[in-house]
Amino acid sequence: MINSSLLLSIITFVFGFAALLYLISWVFQKEVVGKAATWVTVVAVAGDAAGILLRWNESYNIAGGYGHAPLSNIYESLVFFSLTIGLIYLVVERKYRNRIIGCFAMPLSFFALAYASFGTSAKIQPLIPALKSNWLIAHVMTCFVGYSAFALAFGVSIMYLIKAGKNETEGNSLLGRLPTSAILDEVTHQLIMFGFLFLTAGIITGAVWANSAWGRYWGWDPKETWSLITWFVYATLLHARLMRGWRGTPIAILSIVGFLAVIFTYFGVNLLPGLHSYGAMKG
Amino acid sequence: MENEAVVKGSYFEGLWKFFVSVKLTVVVLLLLASLSIIGTFIPQNESPADYLRAFGPFLYHVMATLDVFDMYRSWWFQGLMVLLVVNIIICSIDRLQVTGKIIFTRNPKFNLASYRRRKSRRKMKLNGDIGHIENHCQAAIAKMFSYCKVVSTDHGVAITAEKGRWTRLGVYIVHLSVVVIDEGDSIDTIQLRFKNETRKLPFTIQCDDFDVQFYDSGAPKEFRSKLTIIENGRVVMQKDIIVNDPLRYKGINIFQSSYGRSANQGAVLDSAKEIELRFQSNASGKTYNVKTQLEKPVEIPEGLGQFVLDAYHPQVQFRGMDVGSAFVGTLTPKGGDPSQVLLPIKFPRFDTMRKGDVVISVAPGVEALFKERFFTGLQITNDPGVTMVYIGFTLIVLGCMVTFFMSHQQVVVEIQPKGKNIAVMVSGKTNKNRVGFDHKLERLVKNLSEADTTEYRKVV
Repeated sequence: MINSSLLLSIITFVFGFAALLYLISWVFQKEVVGKAATWVTVVAVAGDAAGILLRWNESYNIAGGYGHAPLSNIYESLVFFSLTIGLIYLVVERKYRNRIIGCFAMPLSFFALAYASFGTSAKIQPLIPALKSNWLIAHVMTCFVGYSAFALAFGVSIMYLIKAGKNETEGNSLLGRLPTSAILDEVTHQLIMFGFLFLTAGIITGAVWANSAWGRYWGWDPKETWSLITWFVYATLLHARLMRGWRGTPIAILSIVGFLAVIFTYFGVNLLPGLHSYGAMKG
Repeated sequence: MENEAVVKGSYFEGLWKFFVSVKLTVVVLLLLASLSIIGTFIPQNESPADYLRAFGPFLYHVMATLDVFDMYRSWWFQGLMVLLVVNIIICSIDRLQVTGKIIFTRNPKFNLASYRRRKSRRKMKLNGDIGHIENHCQAAIAKMFSYCKVVSTDHGVAITAEKGRWTRLGVYIVHLSVVVIDEGDSIDTIQLRFKNETRKLPFTIQCDDFDVQFYDSGAPKEFRSKLTIIENGRVVMQKDIIVNDPLRYKGINIFQSSYGRSANQGAVLDSAKEIELRFQSNASGKTYNVKTQLEKPVEIPEGLGQFVLDAYHPQVQFRGMDVGSAFVGTLTPKGGDPSQVLLPIKFPRFDTMRKGDVVISVAPGVEALFKERFFTGLQITNDPGVTMVYIGFTLIVLGCMVTFFMSHQQVVVEIQPKGKNIAVMVSGKTNKNRVGFDHKLERLVKNLSEADTTEYRKVV
């Protein structure tokens, strides 16, 4: 039987292929290619899900109590990340009947999975005691569904900035075929509301879990603080939208800043002087 | 800022205007986001000596004055939180005065004229009996909307319907929950860890046993403490706690938080245990296994003398090299002087270096006789605010769901005879998610058109 990390390496290229097809269908306006892109995305998402299930099964086949849901380290969370980006994108494509968003969405899945497959260790590690909790699954899933929505909002916001102020280019140019900026603004807002709900749930499940593992629900450690910073940024965005003249470009910029905060929460925090690594500052 | 304009009004009014603005919310949220970054780059609550070394006396003094080393509890950070909470409360009160009237009404008002003017309205002409069409429309609408009422107009009837009026409360639920969480959080956990303060528990905790398990890789798998709670001399509770499964008794939580190897060198040897020694005679080349105990002399075969194991040391340095755990024994050859012999467990050939008549080693498997001793680290907390915080958590998730994904939707369907046909107008509005609502109206129009048995024509 094929092993999960090989399958997921292959799926990386399927996501990349989907991105390429979306790009071709945008540039050359071929409906057939667009349809093919959608189906390739469906295949990639299904393959990604299969990879996760396979890995789950593999962990139970290792002797010594290694078995656990594959949501415990950077590799596994990135695999899940690319899956949820793909899934949420498919919903957006269906709802707004537009495939150009795929050009900005599929590369996100591709890069997430490419980094997982080729930049991190795919070795199945046993769970340390602190991670042995059902809250692990709830926490990782809610966080990454939220992050995925923010990632897509980031892609759509970039589209907005490309399109902004060029609404008159209605014709058949590349930009003209982008959705109107009103629709892009709406899609961004919908995605961010969805992401905000899940980020909130993610922070909460993390807090409840921390309280059951360590007896405190909030400790202002860098990871916790950065997740709250991300929350503040998106909360700002949701309120800024209520102010006159703040729709459009400022929202798109806040959405991009928000996603950078997400990235930092996920990757950057590891570079910070954490607990007991104060020595790094003495340099 | 808006508040500059109201200097004329009363002091209270000016303050109210300041706190009621969304701009303030945005400014405070951005400030909280950016200032929070500081504490992630400068480690919090370290010792003053470390900070002094890292920043030098001047910067250290400035930063200490500004509470940068404990910034999340500082007056300015807490002040911003209070500002946010006050802003949220005042905004909510202000808005509720208006939306409250919209939300809490028995008979929702529908301004027919405004529905007739809406751009998104749809019109169609149906054939058939007007009574039948009215009934069909009413039934279809009642299925999709919780409130449905038929009113007569100048030329016919209008069916007014709505659902989700209460969902306008969602945003207030979210705001309330932020206040609840912040308040619950300020019901403070008493921090004793870094203080010279002692609190007495109303009961005694006894640790009956502690066990650590490891994976093959050496990473810890599980640590488990067997605890007994004794109150007034009686056992009131017994429970094994592991990480993620604490013991709770009378508002006190006991967590399995850490473990470590005992300070007295980690491992002990039960002095009653038998240890197998191995003697290899240089003269005959033969090997003899002899069982013994600590401090119990044994005769070495072939008359090579007497040997006694004196002690066990978990960590031994030999000529500056770490040889790990080892036994120390005394060898007394026949007619010779006693000499000390070192037997590192990991290196059975070690004793050949002595170049004696006999090579002594400890037989493999001796490690099994040792019991590594661990201690358990428990964390004990009492946080009366946690219930309130959890209520806030639940409310904020529910509130977000309502605020983001449920909406107050209203429709008006007007039915009147027009020539030989029946004219039907469908018009609706929602406070959120227009795209979704448009699809819904589309479905409604399609559904209503089925009242026409002959033909369906949509005229927009």
